[in-house]
Amino acid sequence: MDFGLTEELTLIRDTARDFAEGELMPRATRHDREAKIDPAVFDMLAELGMWGLTVPEEYGGAELGNLALAIVLEEINRACAATGVTVSVHNSLVCSPLVKYGTDEQKKRWLPKLASGEILGCYSLSEAGSGSDAAALKATATRDGDGWVLDGTKLWVTTAEQAGLVIVYMRTNAEVPKAKGITAFLVPTDSPGFKVGKKEIKTGLRGSSTCELIFEGVRVGDDAVLGEVDRGFPIALETLDGGRIGIGAQAIGIGQACLEASVRYAKEREQFGKTIGHFQAIQWKLADMSSRLEAARLKVREAAWLRDQGQPCGRQAAEAKFLASTTANFCADECLQIHGGAGYTDDFHVERLFRDARITEIYEGATDIQRLVIARHLLR
Amino acid sequence: MQIIACVKRVPTTDAAVSVTPDGKGLVTDGLPYMISFYDEIALEQAVQTKEALGGEVTVLSLGPASGSKEIRECLAKGGDKAVVLTDDEWMTRDARATAKALVAEIEAQGADVVFMGKVATDRDNASVGPMVATYLGWACVTDVVALELGEGGGTAKVETEAGLETLEFSLPAVITTGKGLNEPRYAGLKGIMAAKKKPLEEKTPELEANQAMVASLAPPPPRKEGRLVSDVNELIDALRNEAQVL
Repeated sequence: MDFGLTEELTLIRDTARDFAEGELMPRATRHDREAKIDPAVFDMLAELGMWGLTVPEEYGGAELGNLALAIVLEEINRACAATGVTVSVHNSLVCSPLVKYGTDEQKKRWLPKLASGEILGCYSLSEAGSGSDAAALKATATRDGDGWVLDGTKLWVTTAEQAGLVIVYMRTNAEVPKAKGITAFLVPTDSPGFKVGKKEIKTGLRGSSTCELIFEGVRVGDDAVLGEVDRGFPIALETLDGGRIGIGAQAIGIGQACLEASVRYAKEREQFGKTIGHFQAIQWKLADMSSRLEAARLKVREAAWLRDQGQPCGRQAAEAKFLASTTANFCADECLQIHGGAGYTDDFHVERLFRDARITEIYEGATDIQRLVIARHLLR
Repeated sequence: MQIIACVKRVPTTDAAVSVTPDGKGLVTDGLPYMISFYDEIALEQAVQTKEALGGEVTVLSLGPASGSKEIRECLAKGGDKAVVLTDDEWMTRDARATAKALVAEIEAQGADVVFMGKVATDRDNASVGPMVATYLGWACVTDVVALELGEGGGTAKVETEAGLETLEFSLPAVITTGKGLNEPRYAGLKGIMAAKKKPLEEKTPELEANQAMVASLAPPPPRKEGRLVSDVNELIDALRNEAQVL
């Protein structure tokens, strides 16, 4: 058993770290305040090959696995979580299911553009009435001649503003149990009848766009069906196993940034005649943050490794996300506490970390849902 | 065009280094390494030269057999193949012995131009480049901050004590690179994957004994603690009478 990274993974981590420290850290506050990622960042990510990280070489990708993705995402999120979620969603919720369930034709049509960053992808499952109860979705795809007509409104779609392709989950059969009548469709965002609706104003991850999607009689052919008709829900869930590893890695990145900011401040800030790192109250916080982060990081990497081996990882991915996201929020909370009033102002990036961390316990399966998934595995 | 980029593996510039008990070397256990800052610029220039004029970039390094991560990184950034002259004493090998070993390999490989950093960021000698050029009998242009290179030769702007000088030179030549010549690229993911398949050859060089010896190494004296002064008059008084700089 070897806990070290291979030479290749070390190189990948170092590259992601150099890029994140050099290009993302100086921009992260601006991304947050302007609620927009600098377009130059998308181009730089394309040059580095980050949009095609998991895409096979024959389609222009780097053909790396989930472990490499987790390591890259940790570094990117340590610098800018808005950029991080954009890379995570594109790779794990769009490229991955296309690679796994797409036909040759679908792969040839979409993967080269996605891998090069010519277009970005988004994933659309949630609706106003279906969040944690994802299978309750109501938007429909109706058979019409040899194609389908898509109608309805979807919510909480990450990268909706920039995306050229959406993988959307629609009800295709209302006569069967709700999880057995859902189909995944590949819909170009320039399709007539498709539009991006309201952009949400969020607590954190403000640089990343989160929007409503409106489908009004959007026509697609049979070649837009990803996987089989009425068999889309298992794809949605299996895709989320990978997504959860990505969000776990994001949470570790945010938590790591909190720990580093805390250590720095503990060495600088003086009270009662000494730096506050001399006080046990601060030392214990740092020790708790570091220990919990290391444990969660190992769990995220184990889940990613299992997925790369093609082994079931539903429970491990849920545990990874549960541990990592709760740890990120623990670290953000302690980090802000260590910084005191200064951390509560925008003079420090700590308040952004605090806001960014919060979503990791909500999206791609809330903490409560992760617990439910884990318990179901234990009790079956 | 046959292009060689010489690179050195050095401790990272932010590494906390300490001197060994015998006072003659650095404690290397757990020391993080990188390619020397100016050698990164040399590699980038080599790759840009290949992109402009065609040819092949060979990454050449005298270093430890275990240092392949840094050399792979050079291949990921555009080097076509690499030769490592293995030497576990590379950190303390003197400039002359290092230059002789590099020259033997450059002659064996054949090259039109050799790039290397103007100085390595560990020992700060700035000697290997000119020595390599001398032993090869080639032109040598040092501390180059702007370069135009063609098939037979080129023009370089170099930093000197007197300011910028423009030099013309013919090939073959050894060019040592200064800050500002280019902006080294990141290794992309595809580059990292491609680097796995590029040849990285380790060779045992014939090494001459060091002629330069380290007598002793000592860390710089710790900085004296600063003092807050209450007003400008006190500051001027301290600068005039204590520091005696006014």
